[in-house]
Amino acid sequence: MKLNLTTGFWLVGLQTVLVTGAVKASTAASPADPAVPSIFSPSSTPAYSIYHLSLFVLAVTGFIFVVVFSLLAYAVIKFRLRAEDDGREPAQIYGSNQVELAWTVIPVLIVVVLFLAAARVIHAIEDAKFPPGTTEITAIGHQFWWEYQYPGQGFVTANELHVPVSDREHPTPTHITLLSADTNHSFWVPQLAGKTDLIPNRVNSMWIDPHETGVFVGQCAQYCGTQHAKMLLRVIVESREDFDKWLANEKQPAATLDSVRQGRHIFETTACVNCHTVAGTNAKGKFGPDLTHLMSRETIASGATANTQENLRLWIKDPDAIKPGSLMPAMQMSDQEIDAVTGYLLTLH
Amino acid sequence: MLDADSISKPMFVPPSEATTLPLFDRVHEWIVTVDHKKLGLMYLGYGILFLVIGGLEATVMRIQLAIPHNHFVSPQAFNELFTMHGTTMVFLVGMPLLFGFANYMVPLMIGARDMAFPRLNAWSFWMSALGGIILYFSFIGGNGLYGAGGAPDVGWFAYAPLTARAFSPGHSTDYWAIGLLVSGFGSIGTALNIVTTVLCMRCPGMTLGRMPLFVWLNMVMSAMVLIVISPLTAAQIMLLIDRYLGGHFFDTQAGGSAVIWMHFFWIFGHPEVYVLIIPGFAIASEIIPVFSRKPIFGYAIMVAATLSIGFLSLGVWAHHMFTIGMTSYSNAFFTATTMAVGVPTGIKIFNWLGTMWGGKIRFSIPMMFCVAFLFQFLIAGLTGIMLSAAPFDWQLGNSYFVVAHFHYVLIGGLVFTIFAALYYWFPKISGRMYNETLGKWHFWLFLIGFHLTFDFMHIPGVLGMPRRIYTYEAGRGWEIWNLIISVGVIFQIAGVLCWVVNFLWSYFKGKPAGDDPWDAWTLEWSTSSPPPDYNFAMIPVVRSRRPLWDLKHPEDPDWKYE
Amino acid sequence: MAATTITVPPNEMPLGHELRGRVGMWCLIAAESAIFCIFVVAYLYYAGKSLNGPRPREVLEVPIRISIALFSSSFTIVRAERAIEHGNSKLFATWWFATIFLGAFFVVGTAREWYKLIYDHGLTISSSLFGTTFYSLVGLHLFHVLVGLTGLTIVLVFALFGLVRQEHAERIGVFALYWHFVDAVWVVVLTVVYFIAR
Repeated sequence: MKLNLTTGFWLVGLQTVLVTGAVKASTAASPADPAVPSIFSPSSTPAYSIYHLSLFVLAVTGFIFVVVFSLLAYAVIKFRLRAEDDGREPAQIYGSNQVELAWTVIPVLIVVVLFLAAARVIHAIEDAKFPPGTTEITAIGHQFWWEYQYPGQGFVTANELHVPVSDREHPTPTHITLLSADTNHSFWVPQLAGKTDLIPNRVNSMWIDPHETGVFVGQCAQYCGTQHAKMLLRVIVESREDFDKWLANEKQPAATLDSVRQGRHIFETTACVNCHTVAGTNAKGKFGPDLTHLMSRETIASGATANTQENLRLWIKDPDAIKPGSLMPAMQMSDQEIDAVTGYLLTLH
Repeated sequence: MLDADSISKPMFVPPSEATTLPLFDRVHEWIVTVDHKKLGLMYLGYGILFLVIGGLEATVMRIQLAIPHNHFVSPQAFNELFTMHGTTMVFLVGMPLLFGFANYMVPLMIGARDMAFPRLNAWSFWMSALGGIILYFSFIGGNGLYGAGGAPDVGWFAYAPLTARAFSPGHSTDYWAIGLLVSGFGSIGTALNIVTTVLCMRCPGMTLGRMPLFVWLNMVMSAMVLIVISPLTAAQIMLLIDRYLGGHFFDTQAGGSAVIWMHFFWIFGHPEVYVLIIPGFAIASEIIPVFSRKPIFGYAIMVAATLSIGFLSLGVWAHHMFTIGMTSYSNAFFTATTMAVGVPTGIKIFNWLGTMWGGKIRFSIPMMFCVAFLFQFLIAGLTGIMLSAAPFDWQLGNSYFVVAHFHYVLIGGLVFTIFAALYYWFPKISGRMYNETLGKWHFWLFLIGFHLTFDFMHIPGVLGMPRRIYTYEAGRGWEIWNLIISVGVIFQIAGVLCWVVNFLWSYFKGKPAGDDPWDAWTLEWSTSSPPPDYNFAMIPVVRSRRPLWDLKHPEDPDWKYE
Repeated sequence: MAATTITVPPNEMPLGHELRGRVGMWCLIAAESAIFCIFVVAYLYYAGKSLNGPRPREVLEVPIRISIALFSSSFTIVRAERAIEHGNSKLFATWWFATIFLGAFFVVGTAREWYKLIYDHGLTISSSLFGTTFYSLVGLHLFHVLVGLTGLTIVLVFALFGLVRQEHAERIGVFALYWHFVDAVWVVVLTVVYFIAR
C-alpha cells in the first residue's frame, strides 16, 4: 500500500466511521445503567437540558465540520500538482472582499444562535426556583471523601447519597449546598447533572431532579490531592417510601449490641473517636466519615472498595493497601483488636 | 538594492565540514553567543529535548492508564508526572520552540542583521534554560511525600489551596513557582526583543503592511506575552509570599480566596494558549502559500483576525471556571466571548483554504504536516465551540473530553506546524536536504498515532471519566478506550524516532540544499544556506510582500497589485 | 539579471534603529504594568475582608511628604535630561543627584512608615489580608524604586568620572522613562491604598 494522499483519505474515512461507531456503541448503554455514567444517558432535569443542548450544538458543529471538511478535501485533491503540469505559476489571487465578508458574517450568525441556545439553558439550570418539598442536603468535600448533612432531618452521613425520586408532573427535586473542608473538589454524576465545584471559603449550589430510581455513579472531578482518583460518588435514588424508611433509620442512634461490647469499647477508647462520629456514643470526631450507619453503605473509603468484612478489616489495618495516600492512618492495633472492632462496625446498620 | 548580483553569497560550506576549532572553543562560542541564529538553534534544541522528556512522562502515564487498577506507578508518582508533563510541554517545549523559530527567522525575514538587543536575547535564553533546570531539579531536591521524589504534584495550574504549605509540604511546589518565575523573565525578555526588532529593525521599504505574516503573527504573540506572563508571575510571587512569609492571598482559612488564584492563573492561562498557537498559524501562513504556489488569501484579514484574537482572548479566561459557581450572567458572558473568539480563529482556516484554492499544491513533507494541521485544527476548534457553551462544559469540563480537545489543538495544531516548520527550514538552517522517505514515515506514523490516541480520547470524557486520575474503576465502559489511547502512543513514538534519525543523518549526509530549495518568496531564502553570521552583506530594499517573487517574476511583480 | 533600482519613498521607510531603546522600555513598562495591575486587583478585592487586625483607616496616614519627593524627582530627572541634551555634564550630574536624593528620601520615609506599622500597630505581612496585600503592593513598588535608585547611582558614578556626554542623551532618556513609570505607579498605588480603599 503506497503512502500517499488516497491512502490518507481512506484512513481518515475509516477513522471517522470507527469513531462515530464507537461513540454510538458506547452511549447505547441502557438508560439507567449505573455502570456507565454517560452524559448521553440523562436521568434528571439538569442532565436532560444539557443533553438536548448538546445535541443541538453537536448538530450545528457537525454541519460546519462536514461543510469545511469537504471543502478542504476537495481543494487538496482538485488543486494538487499533476505530473503533467506545465510548470507555470497559477493565477496569483490576493483575496476577495465579498468572499471574506460572507465567511465572516455566517460564522457570526451561527455563534449568535449557539449563544442564545446556551444562555437559555444556563438560566434554566442556574436560576431555577425550588418548590416546597425540595429535599435539602449539604455536601462537604474532604480529602478524599464526601460528607452529607441532612439539615432538615438532623443527621450526617458520608459517601453514599440517598435522594428521593422526582416526578415530572409534580417535581420533588433535591437541592445540594456545596462546601469544602480543605481543597477544591467537584461533584460530578453525569447522569444527574453537570458538575459543580466545592471550594473552601465559598458556598456553591446545585440541584438534581432524578426521574428514575437506581444507583448513579460519578467521582470527584477537580484534582484535590493524592487520592483524587478514588473519591468516588454513589447516588442512590429511591422511591418516596424507601427514602423515608432510609431517613428514619439514619435518624436513629447507633445500634448497641451486647455481642460486640468489647469491640465497641476498643473503638471508643482508641484514636478512632478523634476522627469519627457514632451517634449516641462518645465518638464525636468530625475529621472522618460518620460511621453511625456504616453498614447501610455498599462501599467504603468513598467507593474505593466494597463494604465487606474483609475489606473493612484491611482498611483499618492498612489503609494504604486500598487507598495509598488517604488520610486514614493505619491503626497499629493487634489482629485481635482489629477483629473486635471490625465485628463492632459490622453491627452498625 | 535587491537583486541576484548584489547579494554576496559565500561559498557553501556545510556546517559539519567547516574548519574545526578545538571542541572547547566551539562550545565556548555557543555559550557566549549573542547571534540570533545560534540562540534560535539553542532554543530549538532545548525545546526538542524537553519534548522528548515530556513525551516520556506521557508514555508512563498512558502505560499506567492502559488498564484499570494498574500498578505501574504509584499515585504520587502519577500525580507528579501529569503536573510535570503539562508544565514541561507549555513552558519548556512550546515557548522555547516558538521563540527559537522567531529568533532565527524574524531578523532574516525583515532584512536585519540581528535582533534589536542581542545581549538581552542571550540573557533571556539562559534564564529560560535556568528555569527549566530549576523545575527539573525538583525530582531530586523537592522533598515530596512518601519519598517518591519531589517533583511538583499539584497539576500544571497549581490550584490554591492545594499549593498551600498545609496541603503541599516540602518544596515541590516552590520548584514549580520559582522555576516558572525565572523562565517567565526569559520569556518577557525575548518577547520585548521581538516586538522591538519588528518595530525598529525592518529594512527600507518594508512597511508593516509588507511584512511576512510570520513576522506579524510573532509580533502579536510577543506583545501578548508581555502582558500575559505577568499575571502568572504576580500570582506566583503571591504564592511564595503565602508559603514563606505567612501571607494570606490564597489562604481560605484567613478569609483568602481560592477563586482569585483561578482568576489570576487563567487570565494568564487562556491567552497563553493563543500565544502558543498563533506562531503555529504563522508557520502555516508561510508554508501553505509556497506549496500552493499562490500568495496568502486575504493578507489584511489575516492580520486583522490575529489582532482580534489577541484582543478578544484577554476576555475569555473564565471559561475555565464555568463549574465554580459563577452567576448565570457571568457564565453567559464568558460563553459569548469564547464563542466570539472562535470567529476570527475559524476565519483563518477559510483563508488558508482560499490560498490552496486554484493553486498547484505540492505535497512535500512541510505541506503534508500543514494540511493535516488544517483538518485537525478544524476539529479542535469545533470541540472548543462545544465546550464554550457553559452547560456543555458543566458536564465535560475537567473530563477527558477537555484533555482530548486541548491536545487536539496543541498537538494536532501546534506540534504538526512545528514539525512542518522544522522540515521547511531545515535546509536553510543546515544547508542540507532531509531524507524524503523517512519524512513520510514520520508523518504517517505520527498521524496514525495521534488520531488513535486523541480521537478516541473524547469518548471516555463523554462517559464520565475525569482528568488527573491515576487509575479508574472497571465496569464504567472506559477500559477499551483507554487501551486504544495508550496503543496510539507507540505509533507517535515511532514517528518521532523516524524524525530524529532523519535529521541527525541528514545533517551530516544530506544533499546540499541550495539557497532556495522550495522556490519561496521571503527574504530568508535570499541568503545562503546556512546564512552567514551577518545575514545580509547589503541590507535589502523591498517593494512588496514577496520580494523574491518580484525578483523572479519581473514581468508580474507583486507591487503592481498590492 | 538587470538590477532594478528601488528608491523608497519616505512614507514607506519603517521606524528606525534609533528608537530601539524607547520601544524596548515601553515593552518593559507594559509587562511591569500588568504585574502591578494584578497586585492592585488583589488589594481591591480583599479590601474590607480581613478577619482581624488593624483596619487601614486606623493605621494609614497619607504619605504626603514622600509622595511630593517622588513626584519632584520626576521633575528633576527631566531637568537632567535637558541638561545632557545640551551637553552640560555638570548640570546633568547636579540634577541627577537631586533625583537620587529625592528617591532616597522616599525610601527612607517608607521604611519609617513600615517601622511604625509593624512595631506600633502590629501590622505585618502575615497578620491579616490587609497586611498581606499592603506590604506586597507597596513593597513591589518600593522594590522598583530601589532598582531605579541603583541604576541612577551607577549612572551618577559614571557621570562623576566624566563618562556621560551629550551623545548618551537618548540612553539617559530611556532610563528616565523607567523612572517616570515608577512615579506613575506610585500615583496609582497612592490613590488605591491611601484614598480609595481606606
